[in-house]
Amino acid sequence: MATTAPDTGDDGTRRDFIFVAAISATAVGAGLAVWPFVNSMNPSKDVLAQATTEVDLSPIEEGQRITVLWRKKPVFVDHRAPEKIAEANGTALSDLKDPQTDADRVLRPEWLVLIGICTHLGCIPQGQRVGERLGDFGGWFCPCHGSHYDTSGRIRKGPAPKNLAIPPYKFIDDTNILIG
Amino acid sequence: MFKKILIVAFVTMLGAGITGIKSSPVQAAGDVAHPASQEWTTDGLFGFFDRKQLKRGWQVYSEICASCHSVRLLFYRNLQEMGLAAEEVKKIAAEAEVAAGPNEDGETHNDGELIVRPGKAFDKIVSTYPNDLAARAANAGALPPDLSLMTKARVNGANYLHALLTGYKDAPSGFKMSEDMNYNPYFPGSQIAMGEPLSDEGVEYADGTKATVDQMAKDVTAFLIWAAEPELEDRKRMGVKVMLFLIIFTALLYAVKRQVWAKLH
Amino acid sequence: MSTPTWKNPIVQWVDHRLPIVTFLDHAIVKYPTPRNLNYWWNFGSLAGVILVVMIGTGIMLAMNYVPHTSMAFDSVERIMRDINYGWLIRYLHVNGGSMFFICVYIHIFRGMYYGSYKEPRELLWIIGIFIFLAMMATAFLGYVLPWGQMSFWGATVITNLFSVVPFFGEAIVQWLWGGFSVDNPTLNKFFSFHYLLPFIIFALVFIHLWALHTHKSSNPLGIEVQGDEDEIPFHPYYTAKDAYGFGVFLIVFLGFTFFAPNFFGEPDNYIEANPLVTPTHIVPEWYFLPFYAILRAVPDNFVDIWGILPVIIPAKTAGVIAMFASILVLLVLPWLDTSKVRSAKFRPTYFWLFWLFFIDTIILGYIGAKPAEGTFLLIGRLATAYYFLHLVIFMPLVGKYEKTKPLPDSISAAVTAGGPDAKEGS
Repeated sequence: MATTAPDTGDDGTRRDFIFVAAISATAVGAGLAVWPFVNSMNPSKDVLAQATTEVDLSPIEEGQRITVLWRKKPVFVDHRAPEKIAEANGTALSDLKDPQTDADRVLRPEWLVLIGICTHLGCIPQGQRVGERLGDFGGWFCPCHGSHYDTSGRIRKGPAPKNLAIPPYKFIDDTNILIG
Repeated sequence: MFKKILIVAFVTMLGAGITGIKSSPVQAAGDVAHPASQEWTTDGLFGFFDRKQLKRGWQVYSEICASCHSVRLLFYRNLQEMGLAAEEVKKIAAEAEVAAGPNEDGETHNDGELIVRPGKAFDKIVSTYPNDLAARAANAGALPPDLSLMTKARVNGANYLHALLTGYKDAPSGFKMSEDMNYNPYFPGSQIAMGEPLSDEGVEYADGTKATVDQMAKDVTAFLIWAAEPELEDRKRMGVKVMLFLIIFTALLYAVKRQVWAKLH
Repeated sequence: MSTPTWKNPIVQWVDHRLPIVTFLDHAIVKYPTPRNLNYWWNFGSLAGVILVVMIGTGIMLAMNYVPHTSMAFDSVERIMRDINYGWLIRYLHVNGGSMFFICVYIHIFRGMYYGSYKEPRELLWIIGIFIFLAMMATAFLGYVLPWGQMSFWGATVITNLFSVVPFFGEAIVQWLWGGFSVDNPTLNKFFSFHYLLPFIIFALVFIHLWALHTHKSSNPLGIEVQGDEDEIPFHPYYTAKDAYGFGVFLIVFLGFTFFAPNFFGEPDNYIEANPLVTPTHIVPEWYFLPFYAILRAVPDNFVDIWGILPVIIPAKTAGVIAMFASILVLLVLPWLDTSKVRSAKFRPTYFWLFWLFFIDTIILGYIGAKPAEGTFLLIGRLATAYYFLHLVIFMPLVGKYEKTKPLPDSISAAVTAGGPDAKEGS
């Protein structure tokens, strides 16, 4: 094949610069080009629009529990009576598999907000509707493998490793919370 | 030399051929008046949205057009992206009623009445009619088309819309009008079922702009350009950056090519 | 163990077991290429790159597209509005399709001008025509997916064409439809095939490149490589040139994508499909226009104008035959062209005929967008006749009787002697 002229010293550095510049520009361009594709797989705007759920607490009577959906997951809202709050506070941390004080789990003691998914293998625990089993600790009972949660949603007995999770939420005003 | 002439001729012919194909839209020849070209802020390489104009356009749409025309591809939250404040969007959404979905007993209706809830930002903008048949029934058999994509669904969409909205006039003598139709030289066939929708001071603009027919037509068309292409601003801005990068990048690649080939003799 | 060919031990370890590095070195780095290729030779590699872009953007779109009639149109609009950069991916895919056809058409015309299809590259050309056919099928199927008015009615018109098949026609059409008209079953199966075909194209391209590498590229002079001085290694010469060509291509491609994304499209396709309303003019995408013109050009009873045949061939059937013939005739082009000289550079008569043929295809494209009546129809018929006249009559005759110009002694002689090709890399 036709051979190329030998390198002359002077051109060498200028040639290298152009090559290095071209290769770096390609790398930068490729990276910038890939980003929109990667980002397109992130949650879309319609999904993000439903990332939060507002809950009106005013119709919930004391002692009543309701279930709402947040990001398609069940969230338990419990308007706790004083006895239930006292029970939750009265438990020694050493009795708990996953030690957490009740105060750490609520913003206001009379409102308990939990993600209603058992931390064992993902079933939805019973206890939301009248007549369902509350378990041995007055909270919730998971029928799948027998996990018992107390009045603060903490695991007391059974295979679940962690307490029922608390979703991020805040009080918009005294009667409304925003989850997520 | 000859080769260069040929290349220029080739490109010119190609351009002429393509322009010929693209510029004479496939409409019934002779029937339709050609819309005048307006200036839209969205035109050109550096096109942008005039957010104040979009708000005015939304006002025209929601107060006049929405009574018959839906924008079913828009959500209330899109109005926030357009430039309305979150609180105002919440208020606008809440004024609308949306099907609440099945209640705890699985019922969607209460005594035959749809159970409703106030709209939220994530809901679609509610349309007057539940479906096309209802729309036709309420409009003497004519279907007011959805406007979400109107400026893309017509040749030279924005200019066409503006011309249509401002183009109503009396039919020329000798022109046979069908019953209940209106004369508009910009509409294919020159007869349109929609009566003239805009009249001077048809809305009272929140920002105090004088609401002439022409102004309202411009504003609502600008709103519809946004409705059809909400990504337009981002697209053109990104485009400018990409073009600048590419021109420099290609020049660099050309330098590399020349450098590599210079070695050959 | 054989003597290591690669200095890097990891590379050597892999290559000794799967000689991919040696293969790539042979195929892309050291691969001898004629030194006088001009920029018309860039379009093959460009087409390959666009294929990858189309598959990439297509896979991303498929993550959010729903191939059901009740959701297809809205799912595309959701991609445009709610998916991050969805509008960009969609517009890249749509405009990439147009770019793909532009590059492939230039690539085909390059072949016709320089006689690239002639011995020993006939099979290379034929495989290329099959790639072209697969591209047309893919593009047709893809255009149906957004389920706009043109999607639906274009699908209706083209699937109906298959009814011209004798005896089985109607059954074939219902089989294609999966029902009694273009409807949901059609859309679903079109989506499946649209996803499948590009990978078949990919395989065909691999075979196309295999055939190419057997006898290597032809060149603008159309003469054989005679010695080492006639060739240069593919890398760095043509890798650099192809990279530059890719840069220019990106400017055009992204120029359309960002600033005129609907230039090649039809506004009617932004209206959702309505089986009860036919658009005033059904127009296919621009790259099909010449063939659409040929389809509609044939008059009724054309084949039987002298009343000789026992069977009257209706215009529809003749049109379908003419349309497919216009592409299939290209398969035998290597044999229709009888010239011993490859490149039009040395064929003064064929040179003019080539450009007339090219103008003819532009005219056909223009006519394809017009209603099939009046002057448009007349021109369409003349242009269709000329298309076949060129390929079937002129090519064989010109090849035989043309007085060709004398060929240069060798590529390097032409390039280095200060001749017209002395400016290298042009």
